[in-house]
Amino acid sequence: MKDLGCIIAGVESINPFWLASAPPTDKKYNVERAFKAGWGGAVWKTLGEDPPVVNVTSRYGVHRSHDRTIIGINNIELISDRPLDINLREMEEMRRAWPDRVIIGSIMAPMDERAWKDLAIKVANTGVQGIELNLGCPHGMCERGMGSAVGQDPEFVEQTTRWVREATDLPVFTKLTPNVTDIMLPACAAKAGGAHAISLINTVNSIIGVDLDNMTPTPTVDGHGTHGGYCGEAVKPIALHMTAEIARSQETAGVEISAIGGITTWRDAAEFIALGASGVQVCTAAMLYGFRIVEDMNEGLAAFMREKKYRTIEDFKGAASAQTVDWNALNMNHDLLARINPDACIECGRCFIACEDTSHQAIRIDAKPDGGRLFSVIDDECVGCNLCMHVCPVKDCITMEAVVDDRPYTTWPEHPKNPLRNAAE
Amino acid sequence: MRHFKLNTGSADLSREDIAHNFSDLHPPLEPAQAVVDAARCIYCYDAPCLNACPTRIDIPKFIHQIRSGNIEGSAKTILSANIMGGTCARACPTEVLCEQVCVVNHTEGASVKIGDLQRFAVDHLIETSAAHPFERAAETGKRFAVIGAGPAGLAFAHRAAMLGNDVVIYEAKSKPGGLNEYGLAAYKMANNFAQREVEFLLGIGGIEIEYKKLLGDNLVLDDLRRDFDAVFIGAGLTGNRALHIPGEALNGVRNALEFIEVVREADDKSKIPISHNVIVIGGGNTAIDAAVQAKCLGARNVTLVYRRGPEAMSATEWEQDLAKANGVVMRFWAAPQSFVGNDGVKTATFAEMDVRNGKLSPTETTFEIKTDLVLKAIGQSLEETELAGLKIENGKIVVDKQFRTSLDGVYAGGDCIASGEDLTVQAVEDGKQAAICADAYLRAPPVKGAAE
Repeated sequence: MKDLGCIIAGVESINPFWLASAPPTDKKYNVERAFKAGWGGAVWKTLGEDPPVVNVTSRYGVHRSHDRTIIGINNIELISDRPLDINLREMEEMRRAWPDRVIIGSIMAPMDERAWKDLAIKVANTGVQGIELNLGCPHGMCERGMGSAVGQDPEFVEQTTRWVREATDLPVFTKLTPNVTDIMLPACAAKAGGAHAISLINTVNSIIGVDLDNMTPTPTVDGHGTHGGYCGEAVKPIALHMTAEIARSQETAGVEISAIGGITTWRDAAEFIALGASGVQVCTAAMLYGFRIVEDMNEGLAAFMREKKYRTIEDFKGAASAQTVDWNALNMNHDLLARINPDACIECGRCFIACEDTSHQAIRIDAKPDGGRLFSVIDDECVGCNLCMHVCPVKDCITMEAVVDDRPYTTWPEHPKNPLRNAAE
Repeated sequence: MRHFKLNTGSADLSREDIAHNFSDLHPPLEPAQAVVDAARCIYCYDAPCLNACPTRIDIPKFIHQIRSGNIEGSAKTILSANIMGGTCARACPTEVLCEQVCVVNHTEGASVKIGDLQRFAVDHLIETSAAHPFERAAETGKRFAVIGAGPAGLAFAHRAAMLGNDVVIYEAKSKPGGLNEYGLAAYKMANNFAQREVEFLLGIGGIEIEYKKLLGDNLVLDDLRRDFDAVFIGAGLTGNRALHIPGEALNGVRNALEFIEVVREADDKSKIPISHNVIVIGGGNTAIDAAVQAKCLGARNVTLVYRRGPEAMSATEWEQDLAKANGVVMRFWAAPQSFVGNDGVKTATFAEMDVRNGKLSPTETTFEIKTDLVLKAIGQSLEETELAGLKIENGKIVVDKQFRTSLDGVYAGGDCIASGEDLTVQAVEDGKQAAICADAYLRAPPVKGAAE
């Protein structure tokens, strides 16, 4: 699958699928299994200064959908708890044994120039193709002035990025935390510090659930719990938005994106790439299903590209970026009406009750001659919100039909009902 | 489709084989299975399944409650509409009721397992809950008599008691449950479920049962009318229809319901003597229950003979398939003409049937089947002689929309009225509604002369 080859911040990769810095990349044994399975690269689990951290038990909690599928994991594990020299030796061995695969070294330190530079140099000497700065862990490490405690302060983001740039010639990936009010602030800081790429998102700060029998947050450590880092399918929308904002902003032009956040299938990866990511990193999906999931990521993405006639990833990278705009740039004169296909309708009533109770009372029920129920849309009430289409369990039974008229593309700033329109003119 | 251990001719079934055959027809869902199947429910609004249920159980709600982990609440949702939700989950022909109209049939090719999920929830409550889930309203001081401790009578009694009335049930047999106890295949009601359910139902309080009380024998309707504020007749159809053909009185020609009762009441089914050439006559679920249970006991040859085609059988397609899958030979378009034998029946003669001028009639062609046991499952009839004074039409007690008979203060429901299909679920609905009507009437009797 040569056509999946790509270059991410100057690092060549046989495919865009890397394992993110996390438990799956903690040691040689795992990374070797990952490469055998077909992963293009691995960002090694974050290394800190010796002595290594000590972890607690237990470490994970999960968020399930109603069919018991896990849609999110929350973890309170810290960075690598193995001695630095063992990790460095294994990284070097893996680089030599797998020349066509990517290994990125991930590092974390407090706000201390010497610490960052020492770690960067030691990691660079193993032969890795790039260095990632972990500025994101929202639990544990931040209480020691590391992780998100650094990533939440744009000055610190710029400073640490610059230190690592000064210490090595390798591509530098600054990994950001989503636990900020505006992702553009740390993203711009990373650029100012000289980052070649931004990796995002790290985990979302969260409490995943409460054990109502013992009245403790989960995961529970001897009767107590703490907030942790949330990841998996459920965080994908947050990551997509942050990717899109950085990719389409002129302020961060030139900085590449290694996207992370709930990527589970090839389709998820394609969406991130369409919004401007150069490659993706995966953790939770591998933790839930094993490294074999990369097989269909590769095959599915290649099939998608064949179908759409994209020769390389570059051909559709950022293809959705121009269409991602501010709300103020949307056309106020665009109208849709829901259409319910009675032949496909199974008469479950979900569209009706959703519209009736929570939207615009735009669906009516009539008795059919055969005793069934006929659902139809009251055009005058329908605002084209899509809710009925989404709750309908039958694919393509409810469609949204564009109202064709000759009204021009009109944005809110231009709209006659905008009280500030004249003031702006 | 369940496959029982069958007697292939080499040796009779072992005691273990027979015990296996009479274990649960549909094993209960494991909790994980229940959650997965509950998640398949679309949670329809004004759902077709709810409208297909004679007792109008809020099925989307109870399934949603299983999904949310509120299993006891789910059971309460079921039982508030149908206090015999446990039996109905086991014995209802869901394939022609709720599950037939489930919209998931259209999206996934198979319905949500509504019956199995209902059983999951109700069994959970009955097995784990110490207290009865419903409370009685303030006492009304009214006393209701009920004739028959079958599904209709018990449902009436439970609802009447819940509304604050006291109830005495008079039952002809020595155990409660009616056809739930005596008339359903044993593998449908495994582990003595009918009795466990009645015990649960009586947990509401305010209900007494007197056994061995038979109308026309040691029970008089007029006495009950005198002694109680209202009377509910849920006596079922206890008469056996006859074929009126030669040889019907021979030994070995029996009613299928009697056979089913013997099987149900035997603790060790392997001790039941079984014939090897069994004929079952009829086309309903009772015929299927008799035929399949005969196979379960180890009968080598079981032939079910029905006078019309398979589409006319009141047994559902699923029930017919269960019989076929377990070696019951089905003969259609044939009716018995005579039974021959010295002491016991040896041969049954059938005429092939066809429809001439719109009327089902025997043809000239006949055939014989060797037999030592004939089970008649040709329907039950009302014992009218004991119901003097009540208006009866087409073999059913006539009631109005409030379940009132032609006699003041006398209500009726279940198989003895013409409310719908002769199903447990319909009997439960009749009993429940009749109790609500009787209670409301006694609380606010209409003023004489005023329009009702």
